[in-house]
Amino acid sequence: MSPSAPLMSVTNLRKVFGVRDENGKRADFVAVDDVGFEVNRGETFGLIGESGSGKTTTGRMVLGLEKATSGSVTYEGNELVGLSDLDMRRYRKHVQIVFQDSGSAFNPRRSVGAQIAYPLTLFRMASRTEARAKVLDLLDRVGLQPSHYDRYVHEFSGGQRQRLGIARALVTDPDFIVLDEPTAALDVSVQAQILNLLKDLQRERKLTMLLITHNLALVEHMCEHAGVLDHGKLVESGPVDDLLTNPVSDITRKLVDAVLEPELSATRG
Amino acid sequence: MTDAMALEVKDLSVDFHTDGGVVHAVRAANISVREGAILGLVGESGSGKSVTSLAVLRLLGTTRAKITGGQILFRGENLLDKTEKEMCAIRGPHIGMVSQNALSALDPSFTIGAQLVEVIRLHQGVDKATARIKALEALDLVALPDSKRRLKAYPHELSGGQRQRVVIAIALSCRPELLLADEPTTALDATVQKQILDLLLDINAELGTSILLVTHDFGVVAHVCTDVTVMRRGDVLESGPVEQVLTRPQHPYTQGLMRAVPHLHLDEATRSVPRADRRLFEFRTEDKETLDVA
Repeated sequence: MSPSAPLMSVTNLRKVFGVRDENGKRADFVAVDDVGFEVNRGETFGLIGESGSGKTTTGRMVLGLEKATSGSVTYEGNELVGLSDLDMRRYRKHVQIVFQDSGSAFNPRRSVGAQIAYPLTLFRMASRTEARAKVLDLLDRVGLQPSHYDRYVHEFSGGQRQRLGIARALVTDPDFIVLDEPTAALDVSVQAQILNLLKDLQRERKLTMLLITHNLALVEHMCEHAGVLDHGKLVESGPVDDLLTNPVSDITRKLVDAVLEPELSATRG
Repeated sequence: MTDAMALEVKDLSVDFHTDGGVVHAVRAANISVREGAILGLVGESGSGKSVTSLAVLRLLGTTRAKITGGQILFRGENLLDKTEKEMCAIRGPHIGMVSQNALSALDPSFTIGAQLVEVIRLHQGVDKATARIKALEALDLVALPDSKRRLKAYPHELSGGQRQRVVIAIALSCRPELLLADEPTTALDATVQKQILDLLLDINAELGTSILLVTHDFGVVAHVCTDVTVMRRGDVLESGPVEQVLTRPQHPYTQGLMRAVPHLHLDEATRSVPRADRRLFEFRTEDKETLDVA
């Protein structure tokens, strides 16, 4: 495999949910329809869309958290759609996710350190002592203290919870991370810290990332390439510098227009 | 717009008595909304911005929250001297409220129409038929399509943006002089956020309603506000016309916050830096100490 080949490629990906219509009859709801894109090594790919566009479902299918109805997802050339549960588990240490609300992704009754360390023992990647040392290192790297290891998730602020979520995602040394609206619930100054941290980590660890968001300013800041989803279809994709300056589709234009910049525009009355 | 004030908060202090001691949520804050203006009250979590807006309506609820000083002047009277009964006659007809979470502001067991009619009948003392007509007008005002049918809809049948329109319709149904909007668009998609903000602009222009808009987003401020007040940890740091505060912020905190926001349209200097090297402004621990002293 040549180093220039994309780390992750998605082709003709489709997800159909069975739903009930107004009359209680079974019906199909196509959440993701024929979506394809590639994510280059060490880059961040932005998946843009409004709520209900299918961006989160796509992200979950890439991670194997949601079974694709049809289509293909390859990681380093290996097909992931249709993998057995066992093979999928092996793949999972290479790919991780940071959720919008990391607080709710932690068990409130166990210490956060033990939860961050859990995948290491699950995958038999380290002994207990090694796992603890590794988690302490990671906590330090994401800007937390060693004393935080034995605390519970409710003791942390929103920004700290997001740092914990990032630490947990990184503990298995993955190559690929999905970020699902990682800063949507954060204050402006905390968002800046988290975005800077993600960029630093990406450089240090040569991480490849998929950023799911409806915020185009985030995409401009983080992503080299991006794609726009509308009602499950990928309507446009390409280098961010083109995509956001010369949008072709209506939905992209609409999203670009909807960005409120913190400067006064000339047209403002 | 005149120089008269729709709302003047003078030296307002609010304390919370918690198990861990007294928290000064708002400290001698001065905030004014000019008549016909839209004031953006900006701050991060814990700045006291929402507490201030709740204090205006005397809705601080818990027995732990105490207004320890100051005045809230509305139509020449101090709202802090009002009895609860007098406040009831002010909330709704004179000061309307739009909260962040429209779903929790609406009762899931009643139709939109019933909730609008209730408010209109309570405050305007009209009969049911008249109230229904007024309810329809209110929904038309906020440009909710198919308003007649929507009267019979329950909150769960509407999208987030539609629900927020309904909440705004309820707040405006009695034509208050002042509207308090606490993060009205934070939970919404970017495109829907813009529609709701444009709606607030239309209402401000057509009805002359003065608006106090609580937000953490300078983008929202730049889009709709005429004036800005910046709060941090209970203190008002800076106030002024939006042109002044956004183009020449005086306080280091305001300057830092504005540089911490990611932009869509970059200047040449920023664009010339490779994307992997671009970083947003972060307050460092030293900065925080300086800010605390200042």
